[in-house]
Amino acid sequence: MRNISKAFGDKIANNKVDLDIYRGEILSLLGENGSGKTTLMNMLSGIYFPDEGEIYIDGKPVMISSPKDAFDHGIGMIHQHFKLVNVFSAAENIVLGMETDPDGNPIPKGKINIEEASKRIREICELYGFDVDPDQKVYDMSVSQKQTVEIVKVLYRGADILILDEPTAVLTPQETEKLFAVLRNMKADGKTVVIITHKLHEVEAISDKVAVLRKGEFIGQLITKDTNAQEMTNMMVGREVKLNIDRPEPKDVTPRIVVKNLTVKSDDGIVKLDDVSFTANKGEVLGIAGISGCGQKELLESIAGLQQIDGGEILFIEDDGKETNLVGIDPVEIDRMGVSLAFVPEDRLGMGLVGDMDLADNMMLRSYRSGKGSFTDRKSPRELAEKIVDELEVVTPGIDTPVRRLSGGNIQKVLVGREIALNPTVLMTAYAVRGLDINASYMIYDLVNKQKERGVAVIFVGEDLDVLLELSDRILVLCGGKVSGIVDGRTAEKNEVGLLMTKLGGGEIG
Amino acid sequence: MFSLVSFIPRAIVQSIPLLLGCTGETLNEKVGSLNLGIPGVMYVGAISGVIGSFLYENSGAQFNGVVGVLIPLISCLVGSLLMGLIFCLLTVTLRANQNVTGLAMATFGVGFGNFFGGSIMKLTGSDVPSIALTATSGAFKTGFPASMKGGAIGQVLFSYGFMTYVAIAIALIAHFILKKTRTGLELRAVGENPATADAAGINITKYKYFSICIGCMIAGLGGLFYVMDYASGVWSNDAFGDRGWLAIALVIFSIWRPNVAVLESILFGGLLILYLYIPTGTNFATKELYKMIPYIVTIVVLIFISVKNKKDSQPPEALGLPYFREDR
Repeated sequence: MRNISKAFGDKIANNKVDLDIYRGEILSLLGENGSGKTTLMNMLSGIYFPDEGEIYIDGKPVMISSPKDAFDHGIGMIHQHFKLVNVFSAAENIVLGMETDPDGNPIPKGKINIEEASKRIREICELYGFDVDPDQKVYDMSVSQKQTVEIVKVLYRGADILILDEPTAVLTPQETEKLFAVLRNMKADGKTVVIITHKLHEVEAISDKVAVLRKGEFIGQLITKDTNAQEMTNMMVGREVKLNIDRPEPKDVTPRIVVKNLTVKSDDGIVKLDDVSFTANKGEVLGIAGISGCGQKELLESIAGLQQIDGGEILFIEDDGKETNLVGIDPVEIDRMGVSLAFVPEDRLGMGLVGDMDLADNMMLRSYRSGKGSFTDRKSPRELAEKIVDELEVVTPGIDTPVRRLSGGNIQKVLVGREIALNPTVLMTAYAVRGLDINASYMIYDLVNKQKERGVAVIFVGEDLDVLLELSDRILVLCGGKVSGIVDGRTAEKNEVGLLMTKLGGGEIG
Repeated sequence: MFSLVSFIPRAIVQSIPLLLGCTGETLNEKVGSLNLGIPGVMYVGAISGVIGSFLYENSGAQFNGVVGVLIPLISCLVGSLLMGLIFCLLTVTLRANQNVTGLAMATFGVGFGNFFGGSIMKLTGSDVPSIALTATSGAFKTGFPASMKGGAIGQVLFSYGFMTYVAIAIALIAHFILKKTRTGLELRAVGENPATADAAGINITKYKYFSICIGCMIAGLGGLFYVMDYASGVWSNDAFGDRGWLAIALVIFSIWRPNVAVLESILFGGLLILYLYIPTGTNFATKELYKMIPYIVTIVVLIFISVKNKKDSQPPEALGLPYFREDR
């Protein structure tokens, strides 16, 4: 295939974009949230139909008006939200919708031959180094396994061009490495891979070329090895961006929250937090590192009063030295003390915001109690919503738009912005920059630092170790619900923290 | 006095309208369409058959068994197909709320049946508020030769009209198609995760129309069976009762599997007539308690599958949700 070029008028999502993708290369499509990367690729894979412009494959113009057309042209896309049927097995998902088998023979409408398909799936897995059990049901799979099924599904259909939409957003570093190894195998096999991302180090690690989109427009294409992170960022954002995170020196550091021997069990009796003790100081950022599911969520929820606690105590120390044990106190009461929790779950909307409500109403979720008498105060939430849209550059048609309609990154800005606007005494954020582009992430880091300078005790749960090391004053490492170490953010090494994340008793690693 | 050999055939005859309704509703729900209009569809199916057969019986022509079966059968299928098309048009094409549409259709169907039932009664000018289609019913009750109906085995297995066997066959075929064929796989994908099915190149609208309409036609046959076989060709308004709702309950009870529904519909049928077997003279209220049993069983099953939370016995994931490709 040569020279795919396409242009779109009237819709702002993509404005007259020309993009060339060559056989046997890995191309990164780089851009901020809402810059139209996914939309562009959706048109290539037949989910949307372009308003204007043409697509050429191997020099011939083609019409791609449905995902089926895309498959027929050898284009397969792995979406950010997996397109898998949970109650089907891997093999059933892979053969779903196919009218011909990989050799081009039509599959009759009648009885399906799953065994035959499973055999072929195993062959593909062997060729590229996948690990898939064709009989396993999707609901039993981990996120990374589901992604693998998606990739096998596309390969099974004989795709030559694979498009991956932010494939690493949900993967651990190890899983990402595994994925990249597979992608390199595919490249060696002559396949073309397009990977949509906004993580610069991934661009550098995997791709041959990088194409940059900004606000729906094509900015340029670079050879990866001839460029650097700074240049790519500038192209992406459109202006100079500092790639360093500030870390102001903490002032007046006194304990704000002291957690002693905290133990939490889940409903089915599994220990989620085991004897956790630490102190969060005011005016300091306490980073929390750990592989996902190591008790971060339970820890934050315990402090916010949302967890059933099975042992230990959480002391909240006010400015005058008065101590309150937060265990067993009503969450509303804890909230009133200024303990604020901004948790960004994987699906972003699961906690904290109501998708069908507009921005202003979502602001009200936090302030509806402050109205006079039985009426709510609608004016100040509107002002707050306008302020957040303005200051955090939230891309939205207006504050009356349901949150659901915003893009992921913008939803997150709204959530984090609201929590920070409360002027909390303790600010807890989990995965605040999950899925955010560089520009927005730095904006969030800035906000966190501002809160720290105000004397807020910040607890920052993060996924990206580099960021944690640059932002936090101290880092608490959780492993399997236990504290495996507390290190100084200024002096700690990345692999030291990495080891603590996977191993208990960091002292022996030395 | 309670004899199993006489109880089982009665339970089975009771069960067939439920089984057909249930198979039809399962085909609806498997493509993600919670069609609460099924009771209405069954009413319309029944009255359409009655109209067809009434016109034929009173046309003055010599009654022919085959034609006598075919005419009500075809009018029943056409009537219920139209109901299915209305439901599809509203919920699939126009994306109206399925529950509201379904409930409206259920009410409409019952009214439609009673209106035309009443009209035909007026035409006959009879004193009793019912229509008797004895000849047609006789044709519908054709089954195995009388010689095979003797004895306990004959009574339990071979004493029914042909539609009983057809209904069981339909349920088993539906199960096979859903479970084992490519069409079934695609059909289930539509109900589980339409976005996925769409991305896999499956025509969602086509499958929904197809499955909902076939489902409604099967359910309509349940209504026809009730009048022609169970009620021996006697239509009286509201006699069908709430069997349509029971059929929907049976879908849950059978955990969306028509093959399971075959046995369970018989159980439901048995529970439905259990009150006839309580000693005479028992308090009238007790009788009503007995009639509640099928519904209580449904609630218990719902609790059970919710608590057990086994992924394979959950309702289709996208049940009740409209699908629009560019929505997010």
